[in-house]
Amino acid sequence: MLKMVGLVLAMALVTYIIRVIPMAFIRKKIKSPYINNLLYYVPYTVLSAMTFPYIFYSTGNFYTALIGTVVALVSSICKRSLIVVAILACVAVFVGGIIL
Amino acid sequence: MSNCFSNLKFKNGVKDGLPIGLGYFPVAFAFGVQASILGVPILISLLISMTNLTSAGQLAGLTIVATMGSFIEIIATQLVINSRYFLMSTMLSQKTDDSFTFKHRLLTSTFITDEIFAIAVSKPNNISKNYFYGLALLPYIGWALGTLFGATAGNLLPQSVVYALGIALYAMFIAIIIPPSTKNLGVLFAVLLSAGISCLFYYLPILKSVSSGFAIIISAILSAGVIAYFFPVKKEERDNA
Repeated sequence: MLKMVGLVLAMALVTYIIRVIPMAFIRKKIKSPYINNLLYYVPYTVLSAMTFPYIFYSTGNFYTALIGTVVALVSSICKRSLIVVAILACVAVFVGGIIL
Repeated sequence: MSNCFSNLKFKNGVKDGLPIGLGYFPVAFAFGVQASILGVPILISLLISMTNLTSAGQLAGLTIVATMGSFIEIIATQLVINSRYFLMSTMLSQKTDDSFTFKHRLLTSTFITDEIFAIAVSKPNNISKNYFYGLALLPYIGWALGTLFGATAGNLLPQSVVYALGIALYAMFIAIIIPPSTKNLGVLFAVLLSAGISCLFYYLPILKSVSSGFAIIISAILSAGVIAYFFPVKKEERDNA
């Protein structure tokens, strides 16, 4: 339990340091175009790497998760909002769980 | 810019923050459910959300916390996943008026998230500290409450429902990365490459032994690095991101 709290605080501290250094101490622009490009893509690549393949094991059943993934992909391509995509995927998994 | 005090007040910020707060609630709820599935106590989940305020970083950290991973791993993971805040904080620091004294810079930094940043930099003039605090208020509350409700629900609801909710957070991540992928070839390739590398780490014999936190870091940096080289971003696109 103590280690858990320690890990959480370490995580919070690192996250805070990243946010506070430019805001309070540097206050300059990053000039390197390459680093700026890289940072532009990082949020997308992080989310993608966190989602695949972990989404397939997020429901305790590979096949219901697969159904949910397809529903999430299709509804995202159809430009549904965040919450709608999430609800549709959950419903698909739930229904899939009953049928399978 | 001459007097450097903007006319946007605390209440203007609260108003702008309301949609963000409403949007954060379900994401945090999904995070709370995920935490309960991994067996993380409710109070720890709440502590994570109230001290971190970041979705992707928290989910990566959550796995490490739940499995009692190493400090090195959690620090490295957060450094990479949250590196974008460095850029946002840099841009935001150019956008603040004279009411942001050093003390307030230390405090406001806590609340820099993708959405709060996006609203703050979209304002035509420099912003005041009061506006920024107002802007951060409801997102912060929505994030904390959502986590609390999700973690509690995860412990109370029947297992079939909890398992179905387990996909929610990932579905939201898909909803974030797909729309820009359909418009921007660079983002599309970056997302595909990153997912591909991440899968290699998950399934290939030797790579499999790399822990998930490091696997995500390597996949994300490698793919962003390669795509940044082949698909440079126009400056305007970066500012609108």
